[in-house]
Amino acid sequence: MSLGAPAADDLQPASFAFTPENRARVETILQRYPADRQDSAVLPLLDLAQRQHDNWLPRAAMDHVAEILDMPKIRVYEVASFYTMLNKAPVAKHFVQICRTTPCWLCGSDEVERAVRETTGAAPGETVGDFTVVEVECLGACVNAPMVQINDDYYEDLDYHRTVQVLEALKRGETPAIGSQTGRHGSEPAGGATTLTKLRPAGTAG
Amino acid sequence: MPKLTIDDMEIEVEAGTSVLQACERLGIEIPRFCYHDRLSVPANCRMCLVEMEKSPKPIASCAMPASEGMVIHTDSELTRNARRGVMEFLLINHPLDCPICDQGGECDLQDQAMAYGFDHSRFQENKRAVTEKYLGPLIKTFMTRCIHCTRCVRFADEIAGVPEMGATGRGEHMEIGTYIEQAITSEMSGNMIDICPVGALTSKPYQFHARPWELKRVETIDVLDAVGSNVRVDARGGEVMRVLPRLHEDVNEEWISDKTRFAYDGLKRRRLDRPYVRGADGKLKQATWSEAFAALAARLNGVPGDRIAAIAGDLVDVEAVVALKDLMAALGSPHTDCRQDGAAIGGGPRAGYLFNTSIAGIEDADAVLLVGANPRHEATLINARIRKTWLASDARAPLPVAQIGEAVDLTFRTQHLGTGPETLQAVADGAHPFFQVLKDAERPMIVVGMGALARPDGAAVLATARRLAESVGAIGDDWCGFNVLHAAAGRVGALDAGFLPGPGGRDVAGILNGAREGALDLVWLFGADELDMSAFGAPGEGPVVVYQGHHGDRGAARADIILPGAAYTEKAATYVSLEGRVQQARQAVFPPGEAREDWKILRALSEPLGHRLPYDTLAQLRARMVDLNPVFGRINTLVPVDWGAFGADGAMDAAPFVGPVANYYMTDPISRASETMARCVDEILGGQRAAAE
Repeated sequence: MSLGAPAADDLQPASFAFTPENRARVETILQRYPADRQDSAVLPLLDLAQRQHDNWLPRAAMDHVAEILDMPKIRVYEVASFYTMLNKAPVAKHFVQICRTTPCWLCGSDEVERAVRETTGAAPGETVGDFTVVEVECLGACVNAPMVQINDDYYEDLDYHRTVQVLEALKRGETPAIGSQTGRHGSEPAGGATTLTKLRPAGTAG
Repeated sequence: MPKLTIDDMEIEVEAGTSVLQACERLGIEIPRFCYHDRLSVPANCRMCLVEMEKSPKPIASCAMPASEGMVIHTDSELTRNARRGVMEFLLINHPLDCPICDQGGECDLQDQAMAYGFDHSRFQENKRAVTEKYLGPLIKTFMTRCIHCTRCVRFADEIAGVPEMGATGRGEHMEIGTYIEQAITSEMSGNMIDICPVGALTSKPYQFHARPWELKRVETIDVLDAVGSNVRVDARGGEVMRVLPRLHEDVNEEWISDKTRFAYDGLKRRRLDRPYVRGADGKLKQATWSEAFAALAARLNGVPGDRIAAIAGDLVDVEAVVALKDLMAALGSPHTDCRQDGAAIGGGPRAGYLFNTSIAGIEDADAVLLVGANPRHEATLINARIRKTWLASDARAPLPVAQIGEAVDLTFRTQHLGTGPETLQAVADGAHPFFQVLKDAERPMIVVGMGALARPDGAAVLATARRLAESVGAIGDDWCGFNVLHAAAGRVGALDAGFLPGPGGRDVAGILNGAREGALDLVWLFGADELDMSAFGAPGEGPVVVYQGHHGDRGAARADIILPGAAYTEKAATYVSLEGRVQQARQAVFPPGEAREDWKILRALSEPLGHRLPYDTLAQLRARMVDLNPVFGRINTLVPVDWGAFGADGAMDAAPFVGPVANYYMTDPISRASETMARCVDEILGGQRAAAE
């Protein structure tokens, strides 16, 4: 299967329409663009459609977006197939994207992948139970490498055990804390802040 | 007017000219793949890189506007290296399968790799492979060969107006195709094969049938619609292998419709290849020419001219029509007609049945009204011109195009005013708002199709449309906005030859009625198949039916005597296109078996009938044609026409206009005999994919 190919026919729903709440959001999104540049709304609308439809985009949804924007269907397919964050085939409840670009790899993404594989039973590219696992290129969190993205959330500063903990928590139906799994704040230095250590009261000079 | 220097030559060009075009004007060849003069410029293949002084990098000449003081080098070391580098990248993923590729021998990539590339590759890794795409019954894909120039995508978007092709995926995984598997639903899709610079899109019916250097090329004229597209017929032995477009800026530019391109296999099937005579047992039997002539002479013996009639069909050439007209006159018959569909045209001034604006003239129009016309199916390239004009117009105030008749998708935005004559009447009376649009336009066009004219009230419709054209100022000294849209290639030529009922003569409806009533003893069907054959009764009853033509279609099925003629690729013949352009077709192959050129059949036949026609050579016949109508001597020119009154006053029926082309892919005996066209009907119109791929 080539990247971005549509899902098989038997997986495609017959129709798709935005829910009334999302329809209202569509109107808001459309207002952000000038009247003769409405095509620009294609990405936000595809994202909205994907969120409404179990995190993947069926053909009917792409067609629906094309219809709303009055643009040829193929133009929507081109956009949808270009962006890897738009899923063209069904994914499980937890969509695990393992970053394997150089910084993460140097910091141990191989171990993270092993943890994912052993905990979920799914190798990259596979779906087992509630987990779909894929390998992706840089997700832009190199300072907190290695990391995975699960649905919309980043889980950072992983190693084998911390990855297993996150996944086990998801399996139990819990919501693990997002961000760094070592407890560091944002992407501050791993050993704690080295500068601006004292909070300055608001409004004071210097 | 920027002045620039290219390879030490100075040239001054209009502002907006690209460097590539400036080079071309100096006769310097710039290699290119994605650039095409009739498409937008994406500058993505990079093959046209040239060196520009003061620029650190070579520039893409197709997208760089020429500007004052530029100094360009098209044959410098930098340029040559840039081309070699681009070519090496292009060939990284291109397979080395030229020996089995249909494009081999006429391939831009092959030629340019020879001229501008390296002699070897440094690429060691695996080449990528791409799955084949299904684009319908006409286009075969080998997507591994695709170099992503996107010409086909832009053609579908811009020229054909069916945005169905696209580039999906990205990077190494980018693929050209339709994403969702489907047949391309354009009547011009075959042109993608021509503009594809590699062998990624090739002709499905032609695949693996011939190599370009084996073919004999004959430049001729197409007759499958009335546009008069200039084509090149490529033949090998006695067989037409393919049909390609030929450049004619004023007619078809460099495109042709799919029917023109792909219906040629119909020339090999269901052909009449020897004369037949119906025997006493009611069965058609093979005969020699002399037996057929003798049978015909026997049937005509003693029959008064008033009981003989002739109908000319849609694909007839002027030579044969003139010969038949002369023969009928010699036999004393006034019952001749060339309007199988009963269209109420002809007889009056030439302006009354021509596409007066001319095809190239469409580009000057600023408002269009289509009356009972579906140019997309009746004259595809006229539709492409209207689309071109519409696209070129200001997007905020696009060319207004309105339809009266069936609401059809013409690949551009139209306004549907109504379905029948009452809407036309309202516009003509000025009661409809579109009247004002036409009135305000400087060069309005009114196009009347056969859907509005081939009906009992056709003459009244024609007169109404004429009055509308006059009242909105569409008729002027330098602009004639009244147009008749023909669908039959032989029609205008036959009208120019005056193949119409003589004094007291019957028209087509009259001939059919006469046959029903027993008022006729012999009816000559010259390539006329689109008639109600039941009028002639069963063989043995009714009049004797003579069919002269090239295909065993409806006419031949009823005929008592069959005279096998030549199809358009098999004779030197004259055709007049719908805009009144006289063009000469050339012979590419010989007619099959005993079949002969039609005028020769008539000339040979005239002798045993005792009315020897006075021409023995084509030159003599053509001199006779010019005598009859001087227009036939004005090859490939548009002769100015005089405006006059035509049409007839009368009440118009309320019935809606219905176009003559119900099935675009099958409109005449040739396309009905074509397997490729049958596949188009199944897969494009029916939307089914053939099980056997």
